[in-house]
Formats: sequence, C-alpha cells, structure tokens
Amino acid sequence: MKLADIAALIRSKNAGPFTLTFDIMFADQASYDRVKNSGALTQASFAKLYGYPEDKVRFFQCDNALALKFSIPRPLTQGAPGDGDMHGGQQFVPLMNVEIR
Amino acid sequence: MSNNCPIRFIAPVGSVGGGINAAALDEALAQPTDFIACDAGTTDAGPFSLGMGIPAFPREAVKRDLSLMLRAGRKANIPVIVGSAGTAGGDVHVDSVLEIVREIVAEHKLKLRTAVIYAEQDKAYLKRLLHQNRILPLDPALPISNSIIDGSSRIVGMMGVEPLQQAIGDGADFVLAGRCSDSALFAAIPVMRGFPPGLAWHAGKVSECGTLVCETLGKGVISTTVSCEQIAIRPYGNGLRCTPQSVAAHGLYENADPFLHRECSGTLDLRNATFEAVDDVTVRIRGTEFFSEPAYTVKLEGAELAGYQSIIVGGIRDPYVIRQLDSWLASVRNYIDDVVSRVLDDKADKNSYNLVFHTYGINAVMGKLEPEVKNLPHEVGIVLEATAPTQDMAHKLAELSRQPLLHYPIKEWAGSITAFACLHNPAVIDRGPVYRFNLNHVALPSTPLEMFRIHFEDLDGSTQS
Repeated sequence: MKLADIAALIRSKNAGPFTLTFDIMFADQASYDRVKNSGALTQASFAKLYGYPEDKVRFFQCDNALALKFSIPRPLTQGAPGDGDMHGGQQFVPLMNVEIR
Repeated sequence: MSNNCPIRFIAPVGSVGGGINAAALDEALAQPTDFIACDAGTTDAGPFSLGMGIPAFPREAVKRDLSLMLRAGRKANIPVIVGSAGTAGGDVHVDSVLEIVREIVAEHKLKLRTAVIYAEQDKAYLKRLLHQNRILPLDPALPISNSIIDGSSRIVGMMGVEPLQQAIGDGADFVLAGRCSDSALFAAIPVMRGFPPGLAWHAGKVSECGTLVCETLGKGVISTTVSCEQIAIRPYGNGLRCTPQSVAAHGLYENADPFLHRECSGTLDLRNATFEAVDDVTVRIRGTEFFSEPAYTVKLEGAELAGYQSIIVGGIRDPYVIRQLDSWLASVRNYIDDVVSRVLDDKADKNSYNLVFHTYGINAVMGKLEPEVKNLPHEVGIVLEATAPTQDMAHKLAELSRQPLLHYPIKEWAGSITAFACLHNPAVIDRGPVYRFNLNHVALPSTPLEMFRIHFEDLDGSTQS
C-alpha cells in the first residue's frame, strides 16, 4: 500500500527561509503505528528518495500528534534565483508513493 | 505576584489582514478576556517585503482587521498587541501600519495609548557586535562581514517578550511592534504575571496561527486560557474544533524541530507535553517546559538586492527537442552568452548576470530534489529568468535570449526550426528589483531591550471633528 493511501495529510513547507520540512500525518493510531513500525520512513530512505545527503536529513516521530516529520536544509534559499517553490509547498510529492508493507 | 486566576487571551486571526470573523470575535469576548494579540508578518512571503520595505498584504485588509481588534480592545478595556507589523517588521513597515492606526483612531474616535517598538537594526551597531564576536551563525551558516551588513537593504532583529512587557508595564493600550517572535506576542503578559513560562510560551505557540490549530481550517477566533497547571485552547466559530491531535500537530507546522523551539531567552520544550480533550472543541495541554539559555539571543533577518529581473514565458512541444532538453538548453545558453558578450561587450561580464531556465513539466517545481526525471512529458513550459545589476541590462539579456530560444537548431531536423512557443508579444516582462535573504544569524545584545526602540504616542481621535 502506498503512503498516500494511509496518511491523512502529507505536506511540505518552509520552516524559515533556509529549511524545508515535511509532515506526514495520520488520522488514527493504527495507521500511524503501521507506518512508523514499517521501517519504510527513515533518514536513509528519505535521502535516497530525494537524492539528498543522509547526514543532513532530520527525522522525528511525534507520537502525540500521530505524525512523522523530516527536515532538510533548503537546496536553494527561499526566493534565491532558481528557486521554483517560494513556500516549499510542493516538495512532498515523492513521499506519496513510498510503499508501506 | 498573584496568579490564582487564570489568564485568558484571544488570537483573532492567524495574521492581521487574514480576515477576522467579527461574530466569532464578539462571541469570544463575551467571556472575561485579558488581552488580544496577533502577528502581522512572516518571512514566508519571501525576501521582497524586507528588502523593498513594503508590506505583502493589501492595506484595506490590514485596516479592517486592525479596526476590529482595536475597537474590541477599547470596548473591553484590555491591551491589544500586534507584532511583525507590515509583513517584515522594519521601521518603514511599522510606520505604514501606524498610519493606518491613526486613521482608525480618527474614524472611530478612539483614545489609544500606543507603544511603537522599532526592530530595525543600526548597521554601525551590528558591525560593533560583529567585531566583538557577538553575532553568531545559525545552521545553515551564511557568510557575514562588515560589507554584507553594509550591503543589506534592511536588517531586523526578532524581539522577544521583554520589549513588549516594557510597553505593557508602561501602560500601553496598544503595542505595535516591528519584527517579533509570534509566540512572544502571546507569552509576554502571562510570563510577566508569573505564569509558568513553559505554559505561557506554548500557549503562544499553539495560538499564533489562529484557527490553523483546529482540526479543519475555518473562519473563527482562538481563545486560550493559561493557569499555573495547564493551558485550555478552544475555537469560536461555526463547526470549528480543537482536538488533541490537531493541537499537538500544530507544533510541527513550519518548524524544523517539532519538540524544541528556540526563543530569545530560552528553549520551549514540548517533549513532555500532553494533550487531552476537555470537551468536543477544547483541548487541555500540560507538562510543557521552558529552559532559560545562558546567552540571550536575537535572531537577525536581512535582505539584499539580488539584481533586477526580466522573464520570458513560453513552451516546447517538439518531442525531438524535449528528449534532449538539457543539452539543447545548455547550447542555447552558450549561444546567448556569446551574443551577449558580442552585443553588450564590456557592459555584460558573464559573472555579472544570471540566466535560469525553469522547465515546467520536467523539474521546475522541485529542481535538484526531483526524482522523476526519466518520464518525459509531451509538452514543457519554460520560464527564462534573467537577473542583472540593472533593469535595462536584464531586459536586454531577455531580449537577446529570444532568438536563440526560438531557432537554435537540432540535428534531427534539416533547415531552420522554431522550437519555442512564445506566450507574449512583447515577449519580455520586466519584474523590477529582486532580493535575497542574506543573514541566518543571531545577535547577542548586552540586554534584552538594547536592540529595540520604544516610543509612546497618545493617540486621541475623540477631539477631532
């Protein structure tokens, strides 16, 4: 099953002009536990998915929010020439297809 | 300090100008309330507001919300606190909002003891701090030097609770602050009155985006009550509810770290926070902690002119071009560079300008992060972005780029081709000045108030005709 079919919301956003953050939120405990325990979402899997250095990826498990979270330094500072997503809102999409077993 | 009674505040909207639900505000204010607070700014709009010195929100929308807040505050005789005025919170931004406040005071015959707190930073002062190693980089570290400070269009410091507390302590009915921590706007009075700082700051954190803390976003206001043991947060507005998950999840929003939030005076720690439903719409928070940090730090935000920009918008449909788009665009770029150096010669050193092709349909949205580069679309949208030291040069760069984009040959076709579908005539759109954020640093002032200037003005609209 794909992550997009289990999560209630997958989103990305700036966390200040220099950081991108990705939130994966769930509607219920069972869905959260299933993804959290699947091992499909890790610093390493995120780094591979986005072609990004693993040591720069931060990963958080937020049990009381039923949410998983990644943060990375922005490849380009918000608004710098070449930046194509001023608010960082469309960077989450590759996460949608992560396979959860 | 007595704090047996809880303190209650209203967050009327996520940002001044967002559109306050007046009926919900009235309903919320039917209960005893201690203050109203709201931020009016963000860096999320981009560096232009800070660099150019103009707000990113329409004046009419800001005036409507400010008017509702100020009249509600006077009617209930409670303070109103607004921070990060005019989007970026520089002096010119604060003054533009102060002008709106004067109009509201006159139109509604209000009396308003107003504290204006300026947050823009003097460059000579910052250079002194830098010399004393009192400006430190955050991650990711950007370079800093006297010339970077001097070259900034504008630098603001993000204030904490202390300047706001000074203003409230001196009897302000209305505090209009420049760049300010969003949470500090709500934490200032509760911290001043001796409530536990963990709860006071967390109350601000969950309230500052208005109804974004609710399960589903909608038009309403947030009411937050802080006592010595807990926070209770609830919305007013049709169908809105806070749930334990929605309030906990708000700690994630636009934050790199969902558990630890650095403020000027310390760190808010959500790791032991608990969230429970009180009723269908209200959530109780307990256990949040706040640790004082050894150094008082003020975050700096700066913007500098990146140049002037002109763009051309168009598209490509030819599959032969699309399948070799990267190499074709690289050849087009080399050709443009040659034309530019021939035509503009010494006026256009190759390092003085910047050409970017945004290729919509390939990777314009995600750039280097895009994993799906193998699946080629049948059509590609292209925005050519030329950035140069003057508008005239940016315009000429874009003009000189049009012919190579149109006609640069490919081996699959014999003879002259026209590979680029221009959207407009004239093709070039001038975008004006563009800015970039150039600081990611904190300053270490010798006191929490040192970097901020507080002015009092007794505004009185009751004597005017």
